[in-house]
Amino acid sequence: MTDTSDISHIRNLLTQVQDPEVPVLTIADLGILRNVEFVDGVYEIQITPTFTGCPAMKAIEENISEVLVENGIQNYKVRMVMSPAWTTDWISELGREKLRKYGIAPPSQSTEEHLKAILTGKNKAVACPFCGSVNTRLTSAFGSTACKALHYCDHCRQPFEEFKCH
Amino acid sequence: MNTTTEKNSALFEYLLRLGDTSLILGHRLAEWCGHAPILEEDIALTNISLDHIGQARLLLDYAGKIEGKGRSEDALAYHRDARQFRNLLMAEQPNGDFGNTMVRQFLISVYNFHLYSALSKSADAELAAIAAKSVKEVAYHVRHSSDWLIRLGDGTTESHERVQQSINDLWIYVDDFFNGDEVDVLLMSQNIVPDLNAIRPLWNETVQLTMVKAGLQIPQVNSAMRTGSRKGNHTEYLGYILAEMQFLPRAYPDAEWL
Repeated sequence: MTDTSDISHIRNLLTQVQDPEVPVLTIADLGILRNVEFVDGVYEIQITPTFTGCPAMKAIEENISEVLVENGIQNYKVRMVMSPAWTTDWISELGREKLRKYGIAPPSQSTEEHLKAILTGKNKAVACPFCGSVNTRLTSAFGSTACKALHYCDHCRQPFEEFKCH
Repeated sequence: MNTTTEKNSALFEYLLRLGDTSLILGHRLAEWCGHAPILEEDIALTNISLDHIGQARLLLDYAGKIEGKGRSEDALAYHRDARQFRNLLMAEQPNGDFGNTMVRQFLISVYNFHLYSALSKSADAELAAIAAKSVKEVAYHVRHSSDWLIRLGDGTTESHERVQQSINDLWIYVDDFFNGDEVDVLLMSQNIVPDLNAIRPLWNETVQLTMVKAGLQIPQVNSAMRTGSRKGNHTEYLGYILAEMQFLPRAYPDAEWL
Protein backbone atom coordinates (compact mmCIF):
# COMPACT_ATOMS: atom_id res chain seq x y z
CA MET A 1 0.00 0.00 0.00
CA THR A 2 2.21 2.72 -1.24
CA ASP A 3 2.04 5.53 -3.69
CA THR A 4 3.53 8.96 -3.99
CA SER A 5 0.79 10.49 -1.81
CA ASP A 6 1.99 8.39 1.18
CA ILE A 7 5.48 9.69 0.66
CA SER A 8 4.38 13.29 0.49
CA HIS A 9 2.20 12.69 3.57
CA ILE A 10 5.23 11.41 5.48
CA ARG A 11 7.32 14.26 4.20
CA ASN A 12 4.70 16.71 5.45
CA LEU A 13 4.65 15.08 8.87
CA LEU A 14 8.42 15.24 9.10
CA THR A 15 8.68 18.90 8.14
CA GLN A 16 7.19 19.57 11.57
CA VAL A 17 10.12 17.93 13.39
CA GLN A 18 12.09 20.64 15.16
CA ASP A 19 15.80 20.87 15.74
CA PRO A 20 16.29 20.08 19.46
CA GLU A 21 18.94 22.80 19.96
CA VAL A 22 17.38 25.47 17.77
CA PRO A 23 13.63 24.73 18.13
CA VAL A 24 12.72 27.63 15.86
CA LEU A 25 14.04 25.61 12.90
CA THR A 26 12.63 22.41 11.45
CA ILE A 27 14.77 19.65 10.01
CA ALA A 28 13.47 20.73 6.61
CA ASP A 29 14.62 24.37 7.12
CA LEU A 30 18.07 23.06 8.04
CA GLY A 31 18.31 20.67 5.11
CA ILE A 32 18.80 17.69 7.46
CA LEU A 33 15.84 15.82 5.91
CA ARG A 34 17.34 14.61 2.66
CA ASN A 35 14.72 12.33 1.16
CA VAL A 36 11.84 9.91 1.80
CA GLU A 37 11.72 6.74 -0.32
CA PHE A 38 9.82 3.47 -0.32
CA VAL A 39 12.43 0.70 -0.39
CA ASP A 40 11.72 -3.05 0.03
CA GLY A 41 8.45 -2.53 1.86
CA VAL A 42 9.64 0.16 4.25
CA TYR A 43 9.68 3.93 4.16
CA GLU A 44 13.27 4.99 4.28
CA ILE A 45 13.79 8.38 5.89
CA GLN A 46 17.15 9.72 4.74
CA ILE A 47 18.76 12.30 6.96
CA THR A 48 22.23 13.80 6.92
CA PRO A 49 24.37 14.76 9.93
CA THR A 50 25.22 18.41 10.52
CA PHE A 51 28.33 18.83 12.66
CA THR A 52 30.13 15.48 12.98
CA GLY A 53 29.93 15.33 16.77
CA CYS A 54 26.50 16.91 17.13
CA PRO A 55 24.69 15.03 19.94
CA ALA A 56 21.35 16.37 18.64
CA MET A 57 21.42 13.91 15.73
CA LYS A 58 20.33 11.10 18.06
CA ALA A 59 17.49 13.26 19.39
CA ILE A 60 16.43 14.11 15.83
CA GLU A 61 16.21 10.41 14.96
CA GLU A 62 14.09 9.81 18.05
CA ASN A 63 11.81 12.76 17.23
CA ILE A 64 11.31 11.41 13.71
CA SER A 65 10.34 8.01 15.10
CA GLU A 66 7.94 9.61 17.54
CA VAL A 67 6.10 11.60 14.85
CA LEU A 68 5.81 8.56 12.57
CA VAL A 69 4.61 6.18 15.28
CA GLU A 70 2.08 8.75 16.55
CA ASN A 71 0.66 8.85 13.04
CA GLY A 72 0.40 5.09 12.78
CA ILE A 73 3.38 4.53 10.52
CA GLN A 74 5.33 1.48 11.68
CA ASN A 75 7.20 0.29 8.59
CA TYR A 76 10.00 2.82 8.39
CA LYS A 77 13.70 3.11 9.02
CA VAL A 78 15.95 6.12 9.41
CA ARG A 79 19.10 6.04 7.33
CA MET A 80 22.07 8.38 7.66
CA VAL A 81 23.30 9.64 4.29
CA MET A 82 26.78 11.21 4.15
CA SER A 83 27.21 12.29 0.56
CA PRO A 84 27.00 15.10 -0.41
CA ALA A 85 28.12 16.61 2.90
CA TRP A 86 25.67 18.93 4.65
CA THR A 87 26.50 22.61 4.58
CA THR A 88 24.98 25.73 6.15
CA ASP A 89 24.66 27.02 2.57
CA TRP A 90 21.52 24.82 2.48
CA ILE A 91 19.70 26.68 5.26
CA SER A 92 16.70 28.22 3.50
CA GLU A 93 16.15 31.99 3.36
CA LEU A 94 13.09 31.40 5.55
CA GLY A 95 15.30 29.49 7.99
CA ARG A 96 17.81 32.35 8.12
CA GLU A 97 15.02 34.85 8.83
CA LYS A 98 13.64 32.59 11.61
CA LEU A 99 17.12 32.41 13.16
CA ARG A 100 17.51 36.20 13.17
CA LYS A 101 14.10 36.66 14.79
CA TYR A 102 15.09 34.10 17.43
CA GLY A 103 18.22 36.13 18.25
CA ILE A 104 20.81 33.98 16.47
CA ALA A 105 22.80 35.50 13.61
CA PRO A 106 22.64 33.22 10.55
CA PRO A 107 25.97 32.08 9.03
CA SER A 108 27.72 35.19 7.71
CA GLN A 109 29.82 33.46 5.07
CA SER A 110 29.44 30.72 2.51
CA THR A 111 31.41 27.53 3.08
CA GLU A 112 33.86 28.55 0.36
CA GLU A 113 34.49 31.96 1.95
CA HIS A 114 34.89 30.32 5.35
CA LEU A 115 37.61 27.95 4.12
CA LYS A 116 39.43 30.74 2.26
CA ALA A 117 39.33 32.97 5.36
CA ILE A 118 41.39 30.41 7.27
CA LEU A 119 44.35 30.97 5.00
CA THR A 120 43.93 34.72 4.56
CA GLY A 121 42.68 35.56 8.08
CA LYS A 122 39.96 37.79 6.57
CA ASN A 123 36.53 37.01 8.03
CA LYS A 124 33.34 38.86 7.15
CA ALA A 125 31.79 40.89 9.96
CA VAL A 126 28.77 39.24 11.58
CA ALA A 127 25.65 41.42 11.70
CA CYS A 128 23.94 41.69 15.08
CA PRO A 129 20.54 39.91 14.93
CA PHE A 130 19.03 42.54 17.27
CA CYS A 131 20.09 45.89 15.74
CA GLY A 132 21.67 44.86 12.43
CA SER A 133 24.97 46.64 13.16
CA VAL A 134 28.20 45.08 11.90
CA ASN A 135 30.11 46.80 14.71
CA THR A 136 30.49 43.42 16.43
CA ARG A 137 33.32 41.22 17.64
CA LEU A 138 33.91 37.54 18.21
CA THR A 139 34.02 36.58 21.90
CA SER A 140 34.57 32.87 21.33
CA ALA A 141 34.33 30.66 18.27
CA PHE A 142 33.03 27.85 20.50
CA GLY A 143 29.70 28.29 22.23
CA SER A 144 26.98 26.36 23.99
CA THR A 145 26.57 23.89 21.13
CA ALA A 146 28.83 22.68 18.31
CA CYS A 147 27.02 24.88 15.79
CA LYS A 148 27.22 28.22 17.58
CA ALA A 149 29.83 30.92 18.24
CA LEU A 150 29.62 33.80 20.73
CA HIS A 151 29.75 37.44 19.64
CA TYR A 152 29.24 40.85 21.21
CA CYS A 153 27.59 43.84 19.56
CA ASP A 154 29.42 47.09 20.35
CA HIS A 155 26.52 49.10 18.96
CA CYS A 156 23.55 47.84 21.01
CA ARG A 157 25.79 46.25 23.67
CA GLN A 158 24.19 42.82 23.49
CA PRO A 159 25.95 39.49 23.47
CA PHE A 160 24.55 37.19 20.78
CA GLU A 161 25.12 33.82 19.18
CA GLU A 162 25.97 33.09 15.58
CA PHE A 163 25.06 29.89 13.73
CA LYS A 164 28.56 28.90 12.57
CA CYS A 165 29.31 28.49 8.92
CA HIS A 166 29.74 24.80 8.13
CA MET B 1 44.32 -11.20 -3.56
CA ASN B 2 42.24 -9.53 -6.24
CA THR B 3 42.41 -5.79 -6.78
CA THR B 4 39.18 -4.96 -4.92
CA THR B 5 40.34 -6.84 -1.83
CA GLU B 6 43.70 -5.08 -2.02
CA LYS B 7 42.06 -1.71 -2.38
CA ASN B 8 39.67 -2.34 0.50
CA SER B 9 42.39 -3.52 2.83
CA ALA B 10 44.46 -0.40 2.01
CA LEU B 11 41.43 1.85 2.47
CA PHE B 12 40.68 0.19 5.81
CA GLU B 13 44.26 0.95 6.95
CA TYR B 14 44.00 4.53 5.75
CA LEU B 15 40.66 5.10 7.50
CA LEU B 16 42.16 3.78 10.74
CA ARG B 17 45.01 6.30 10.42
CA LEU B 18 42.57 9.18 10.09
CA GLY B 19 40.01 7.84 12.57
CA ASP B 20 42.52 6.88 15.26
CA THR B 21 44.23 10.28 15.09
CA SER B 22 40.85 11.95 15.65
CA LEU B 23 39.88 9.54 18.42
CA ILE B 24 43.13 9.83 20.39
CA LEU B 25 43.45 13.60 20.00
CA GLY B 26 39.78 13.96 20.94
CA HIS B 27 40.40 11.91 24.05
CA ARG B 28 43.45 14.01 24.98
CA LEU B 29 41.47 17.24 24.63
CA ALA B 30 38.64 15.82 26.74
CA GLU B 31 41.16 15.52 29.58
CA TRP B 32 41.00 19.33 29.77
CA CYS B 33 37.31 19.27 30.73
CA GLY B 34 37.03 21.22 33.97
CA HIS B 35 40.75 22.11 33.98
CA ALA B 36 41.17 24.82 31.34
CA PRO B 37 42.51 28.23 32.43
CA ILE B 38 39.22 30.05 31.70
CA LEU B 39 35.64 28.96 31.11
CA GLU B 40 35.62 29.92 27.41
CA GLU B 41 38.68 27.73 26.85
CA ASP B 42 37.15 24.84 28.73
CA ILE B 43 34.21 25.07 26.32
CA ALA B 44 36.47 25.54 23.29
CA LEU B 45 38.73 22.56 24.07
CA THR B 46 35.81 20.24 24.72
CA ASN B 47 34.05 21.51 21.57
CA ILE B 48 37.15 20.70 19.53
CA SER B 49 37.29 17.34 21.29
CA LEU B 50 33.68 16.70 20.30
CA ASP B 51 34.49 17.51 16.66
CA HIS B 52 37.35 15.01 16.73
CA ILE B 53 35.25 12.28 18.34
CA GLY B 54 32.50 12.93 15.79
CA GLN B 55 34.98 12.63 12.92
CA ALA B 56 36.41 9.47 14.48
CA ARG B 57 32.94 7.92 14.65
CA LEU B 58 32.27 8.52 10.95
CA LEU B 59 35.72 7.30 9.91
CA LEU B 60 35.76 4.19 12.10
CA ASP B 61 32.18 3.31 11.20
CA TYR B 62 33.15 3.48 7.53
CA ALA B 63 36.38 1.54 8.22
CA GLY B 64 34.31 -1.26 9.77
CA LYS B 65 32.06 -1.39 6.69
CA ILE B 66 35.03 -1.47 4.30
CA GLU B 67 36.70 -4.22 6.32
CA GLY B 68 33.49 -6.25 6.08
CA LYS B 69 33.98 -8.32 9.21
CA GLY B 70 31.11 -6.80 11.11
CA ARG B 71 33.25 -4.63 13.41
CA SER B 72 31.42 -1.49 14.56
CA GLU B 73 33.02 1.87 15.40
CA ASP B 74 32.91 0.85 19.08
CA ALA B 75 34.55 -2.52 18.41
CA LEU B 76 37.38 -0.73 16.62
CA ALA B 77 37.77 1.95 19.28
CA TYR B 78 37.57 -0.28 22.34
CA HIS B 79 38.79 -3.69 21.29
CA ARG B 80 42.15 -3.09 19.66
CA ASP B 81 45.49 -2.86 21.44
CA ALA B 82 48.18 -0.21 21.07
CA ARG B 83 50.04 -1.99 18.26
CA GLN B 84 46.85 -2.01 16.19
CA PHE B 85 46.31 1.74 16.56
CA ARG B 86 47.37 3.93 13.62
CA ASN B 87 47.08 7.45 15.07
CA LEU B 88 49.85 9.99 14.52
CA LEU B 89 52.44 9.89 17.30
CA MET B 90 51.90 13.56 18.01
CA ALA B 91 48.19 13.03 18.80
CA GLU B 92 49.00 10.76 21.76
CA GLN B 93 51.55 13.11 23.37
CA PRO B 94 50.49 14.34 26.82
CA ASN B 95 48.70 17.68 27.14
CA GLY B 96 51.45 19.40 29.12
CA ASP B 97 50.56 23.01 29.84
CA PHE B 98 47.89 24.93 27.93
CA GLY B 99 50.44 26.32 25.46
CA ASN B 100 51.76 22.84 24.74
CA THR B 101 48.22 21.61 24.01
CA MET B 102 47.75 24.53 21.61
CA VAL B 103 51.02 23.83 19.77
CA ARG B 104 50.04 20.15 19.33
CA GLN B 105 46.58 21.23 18.15
CA PHE B 106 47.97 23.80 15.75
CA LEU B 107 50.46 21.46 14.07
CA ILE B 108 47.89 18.67 13.65
CA SER B 109 45.02 20.96 12.66
CA VAL B 110 47.02 22.57 9.85
CA TYR B 111 47.90 19.07 8.65
CA ASN B 112 44.26 17.96 8.86
CA PHE B 113 43.16 21.11 7.06
CA HIS B 114 45.31 20.49 3.99
CA LEU B 115 44.82 16.71 4.06
CA TYR B 116 41.01 16.87 4.36
CA SER B 117 40.83 19.64 1.73
CA ALA B 118 42.54 17.24 -0.68
CA LEU B 119 40.51 14.22 0.50
CA SER B 120 37.25 16.10 -0.12
CA LYS B 121 38.04 15.54 -3.83
CA SER B 122 38.64 11.80 -3.32
CA ALA B 123 37.39 9.30 -5.91
CA ASP B 124 35.78 7.49 -2.94
CA ALA B 125 32.49 9.38 -2.49
CA GLU B 126 32.00 8.39 1.16
CA LEU B 127 35.51 9.45 2.19
CA ALA B 128 35.12 12.65 0.17
CA ALA B 129 31.89 13.49 2.02
CA ILE B 130 33.41 12.82 5.46
CA ALA B 131 36.44 14.96 4.54
CA ALA B 132 34.30 17.80 3.15
CA LYS B 133 32.35 17.86 6.40
CA SER B 134 35.43 17.59 8.63
CA VAL B 135 37.51 20.26 6.91
CA LYS B 136 34.98 22.93 7.86
CA GLU B 137 35.33 22.01 11.53
CA VAL B 138 39.10 21.75 11.26
CA ALA B 139 39.14 25.30 9.85
CA TYR B 140 37.88 26.53 13.24
CA HIS B 141 40.57 24.47 15.01
CA VAL B 142 43.26 26.09 12.85
CA ARG B 143 41.95 29.56 13.56
CA HIS B 144 41.63 28.99 17.30
CA SER B 145 45.05 27.40 17.79
CA SER B 146 46.76 29.97 15.51
CA ASP B 147 45.27 32.82 17.53
CA TRP B 148 46.63 31.30 20.74
CA LEU B 149 50.06 30.64 19.23
CA ILE B 150 50.28 34.32 18.30
CA ARG B 151 49.06 35.47 21.72
CA LEU B 152 51.50 33.24 23.57
CA GLY B 153 54.45 33.64 21.19
CA ASP B 154 54.02 37.40 21.08
CA GLY B 155 53.04 37.63 24.76
CA THR B 156 55.30 37.78 27.80
CA THR B 157 58.89 36.53 27.93
CA GLU B 158 57.71 33.50 29.87
CA SER B 159 54.82 32.62 27.56
CA HIS B 160 57.15 33.02 24.57
CA GLU B 161 59.83 30.76 26.05
CA ARG B 162 57.39 28.09 27.13
CA VAL B 163 55.54 27.90 23.83
CA GLN B 164 58.84 27.84 21.90
CA GLN B 165 59.99 24.97 24.12
CA SER B 166 56.79 23.05 23.30
CA ILE B 167 57.42 23.55 19.58
CA ASN B 168 60.98 22.25 19.99
CA ASP B 169 59.74 19.23 21.98
CA LEU B 170 56.88 18.30 19.64
CA TRP B 171 58.78 18.92 16.41
CA ILE B 172 60.38 15.46 16.46
CA TYR B 173 56.94 14.01 15.59
CA VAL B 174 56.46 16.11 12.44
CA ASP B 175 58.09 13.69 9.96
CA ASP B 176 55.58 11.07 11.11
CA PHE B 177 52.81 13.20 9.51
CA PHE B 178 54.26 12.75 6.04
CA ASN B 179 55.74 9.27 6.25
CA GLY B 180 53.47 7.61 3.66
CA ASP B 181 53.89 3.98 2.63
CA GLU B 182 52.56 1.33 0.23
CA VAL B 183 49.00 2.01 1.43
CA ASP B 184 49.28 5.60 0.21
CA VAL B 185 50.85 4.51 -3.07
CA LEU B 186 48.06 2.04 -3.84
CA LEU B 187 45.26 4.48 -2.96
CA MET B 188 46.99 7.36 -4.77
CA SER B 189 47.01 5.29 -7.96
CA GLN B 190 43.20 5.22 -7.77
CA ASN B 191 42.85 8.92 -6.89
CA ILE B 192 41.42 8.06 -3.48
CA VAL B 193 44.07 9.87 -1.41
CA PRO B 194 46.57 12.68 -2.10
CA ASP B 195 50.36 12.42 -2.11
CA LEU B 196 51.61 13.39 1.36
CA ASN B 197 54.71 14.84 -0.28
CA ALA B 198 52.42 17.38 -1.92
CA ILE B 199 50.72 18.18 1.40
CA ARG B 200 54.01 18.96 3.16
CA PRO B 201 54.81 22.26 1.35
CA LEU B 202 51.24 23.50 1.98
CA TRP B 203 51.60 22.58 5.65
CA ASN B 204 55.00 24.32 5.85
CA GLU B 205 53.62 27.49 4.33
CA THR B 206 50.61 27.77 6.68
CA VAL B 207 52.69 26.90 9.75
CA GLN B 208 55.40 29.38 8.77
CA LEU B 209 52.85 32.18 8.33
CA THR B 210 51.61 31.88 11.92
CA MET B 211 55.09 31.28 13.35
CA VAL B 212 56.31 34.55 11.84
CA LYS B 213 53.32 36.45 13.26
CA ALA B 214 53.95 34.83 16.64
CA GLY B 215 57.71 35.56 16.59
CA LEU B 216 58.42 31.82 16.98
CA GLN B 217 61.16 29.77 15.36
CA ILE B 218 60.90 26.49 13.48
CA PRO B 219 63.49 24.25 15.14
CA GLN B 220 66.38 22.76 13.20
CA VAL B 221 66.19 19.10 14.14
CA ASN B 222 66.49 16.38 11.57
CA SER B 223 68.32 13.54 13.25
CA ALA B 224 65.99 12.67 16.10
CA MET B 225 62.73 12.53 14.14
CA ARG B 226 60.39 9.78 15.36
CA THR B 227 58.13 7.92 12.95
CA GLY B 228 56.28 4.61 12.97
CA SER B 229 52.59 5.35 13.62
CA ARG B 230 51.55 3.70 10.35
CA LYS B 231 53.03 0.40 11.54
CA GLY B 232 51.64 0.73 15.06
CA ASN B 233 54.97 1.66 16.68
CA HIS B 234 53.85 4.16 19.28
CA THR B 235 55.35 6.12 22.14
CA GLU B 236 54.73 4.89 25.68
CA TYR B 237 51.83 7.31 26.19
CA LEU B 238 49.30 5.52 23.98
CA GLY B 239 48.93 2.49 26.25
CA TYR B 240 47.90 4.64 29.20
CA ILE B 241 45.25 6.42 27.15
CA LEU B 242 43.84 3.11 25.95
CA ALA B 243 43.83 1.69 29.48
CA GLU B 244 41.63 4.56 30.60
CA MET B 245 39.49 4.76 27.47
CA GLN B 246 38.90 1.04 27.04
CA PHE B 247 38.54 -0.09 30.64
CA LEU B 248 34.77 0.11 30.89
CA PRO B 249 33.74 -1.62 27.65
CA ARG B 250 36.33 -4.35 28.28
CA ALA B 251 35.34 -4.94 31.90
CA TYR B 252 31.61 -4.75 31.13
CA PRO B 253 31.25 -5.89 27.51
CA ASP B 254 27.45 -5.71 27.63
CA ALA B 255 27.33 -2.14 28.98
CA GLU B 256 25.17 0.20 26.93
CA TRP B 257 24.38 3.91 26.99
CA LEU B 258 20.79 4.40 28.10
